[in-house]
Amino acid sequence: MSPDTAIAAAPAQVEIFAPETPRGRIRTFIRRHPSIVLGGALLVTMIVIAITAPLLSSVDPQALAPARRVRHPSAEYWFGTDMLGRDVYTRVIYGTRVSLIVGFAVAVLSSLLGLVVGLVSGFIRMADGVIMRIMDGLMSIPPILLAIALMAATRGSVQNVIIAITIAEIPRVSRLVRSVVLSLREQPFVEAAIAAGTTTPRIILRHILPNTLAPLTVQATYICASAMIIEAILSFIGAGTPPIIPSWGNIMAEGRALWQVAPYIVFFPALFLSLTVLAVNLLGDGLRDALDPRLAKRI
Amino acid sequence: MTAPPAARTDRPLLEVKDLKKHFPIRTGFFAGISGYVYAVDGVSFAIRRGETLSLVGESGCGKSTVGRTVLRLLEPTAGEVWLDGQRIDDIPLRRLRPLRRRMQVVFQDPFSSLNPRLKVREILAEPITNFGLASSASELDDRIADLMDKVRLPRDAVNRYPHEFSGGQRQRIGIARALAPGADLIICDEAVSALDVSVKAQIVNLLSDLQDELGLSLLFISHDLAIVEHITHRVAVMYLGKIVEIADKRTLFAAPKHPYTEALLSAVPVPDPTTRRNRIILTGDVPSPIRPPSGCRFHTRCPHAFDRCKVEEPALRTVAPGQVAACHLHDPAAQPVARAA
Repeated sequence: MSPDTAIAAAPAQVEIFAPETPRGRIRTFIRRHPSIVLGGALLVTMIVIAITAPLLSSVDPQALAPARRVRHPSAEYWFGTDMLGRDVYTRVIYGTRVSLIVGFAVAVLSSLLGLVVGLVSGFIRMADGVIMRIMDGLMSIPPILLAIALMAATRGSVQNVIIAITIAEIPRVSRLVRSVVLSLREQPFVEAAIAAGTTTPRIILRHILPNTLAPLTVQATYICASAMIIEAILSFIGAGTPPIIPSWGNIMAEGRALWQVAPYIVFFPALFLSLTVLAVNLLGDGLRDALDPRLAKRI
Repeated sequence: MTAPPAARTDRPLLEVKDLKKHFPIRTGFFAGISGYVYAVDGVSFAIRRGETLSLVGESGCGKSTVGRTVLRLLEPTAGEVWLDGQRIDDIPLRRLRPLRRRMQVVFQDPFSSLNPRLKVREILAEPITNFGLASSASELDDRIADLMDKVRLPRDAVNRYPHEFSGGQRQRIGIARALAPGADLIICDEAVSALDVSVKAQIVNLLSDLQDELGLSLLFISHDLAIVEHITHRVAVMYLGKIVEIADKRTLFAAPKHPYTEALLSAVPVPDPTTRRNRIILTGDVPSPIRPPSGCRFHTRCPHAFDRCKVEEPALRTVAPGQVAACHLHDPAAQPVARAA
């Protein structure tokens, strides 16, 4: 019956497990979250490729060589050359930069803006109806069409691509944040904080925000993947990154005409795009499982 | 810490007068309010210093809504709430904030009532810093250590996260948080209902000990009459948004006056299989609080109901010293009705 003895015994249980070595901890992490490790490793590789692009190839991605047009992949031209004689390998390597910049920038920007919109509409009931109807309106337009329309209204540049895709992605984030906020507001720990005299700004900062970060992080990875695909589509149809910048969508668009004679021009950027999107999605799936508090309770 | 256990004045610590909370029902986006849920519909009671009042009744009768409305987690529709002689139901929330120090709450679910991302230290420090009760970091640490002692948890557990504790231990943390600002009144909203029987007993005993030690007043909201009988001084029985009977524990358990109280008490299990019990089985369901029955709200299920019950709502009247009940059977003005006992 005595509660004191029961509780005094509890801390001892923790020490039953042998103290973990750092190496053992890494091994456990890999075993438990293989998709985070695999996705993270792939993504880190892509980031390294993007940063070290000038070291990985000594050729200028824009250098024209009409004499060496449409060479098949060989020891000299790993991924072959395109119709203007440009080295496809070099262009694909440099294209990694555009994709990653657009993916990360859109993920970060739309998460931050969506977080603000979601918090406002979750906390200010008066604004909720209006904000959510606007978001519903934006969501009713397919993101790719919305991005095309926004690109048509502006000049093609990487910056405008990022802005266009961000606008298209904000409604998804703000809906997620709003729904998390609404369910958190009803949680007893939030009510206890109100009863304990905590002010509303502090409740948002201490109790609401930290508990939205896990689902938001997962959502951000999916948005990153979808932003990379939309960027490639926009570039492919000529509404995205300007043709002078090598991006995977641009390379594929230029190789489209030669698909039957030189399929590798399309194949290699497509392979890189697929691998990068796969990496980000694997990371997102892994994070979702790892951050889910119900699953995370496993010792 | 503050108030001595004995009552210094006759003034009750908490007084609730004719409290009402009606929730509007909206059917569509453009449609207006199509009706109300009369969750709490005219509830009055008072709690003295150092006293425990239990609010009992079946699920959906509005007992939790009473607790949340008293705390102003919900805004009351009508009625008055007085805390130690000060009316708190109509003052702006900004002015209520300093008064919140005096009344705290312990919730039912020990898991969702603690923020999973804060350490125990941060959870307990929040009310203390909100009300500026510690002038330095070391004073804050002392207070937190003192709270851990009060709820019989090891002091070094303050650096852990809530998920590292069991349900009973988490409920102790919840109690420590309620004690942190030095509250006089703690509203326990089904505070032990989610716990195992043995842990339940520990927490109930802890609450009684704390009450003796600190002179706390408790509003103990529960549906478990066995626990209520153990901890309480007085009992208020609620049915469909109204209090039907309030009495001292001994009086109520020995001689309930309202038929609903009788039925509730007859449903408490007796740990003796040989006892023959006179169980009163109520038929039918609880009527909807959207359209409560006319007259006495209990008349649709009451075994003693007669014509007057369908048209006239019975008022709470004193039926014995320290016992009030709202039932026409106990109206001395009316003709005496022979009760089938």
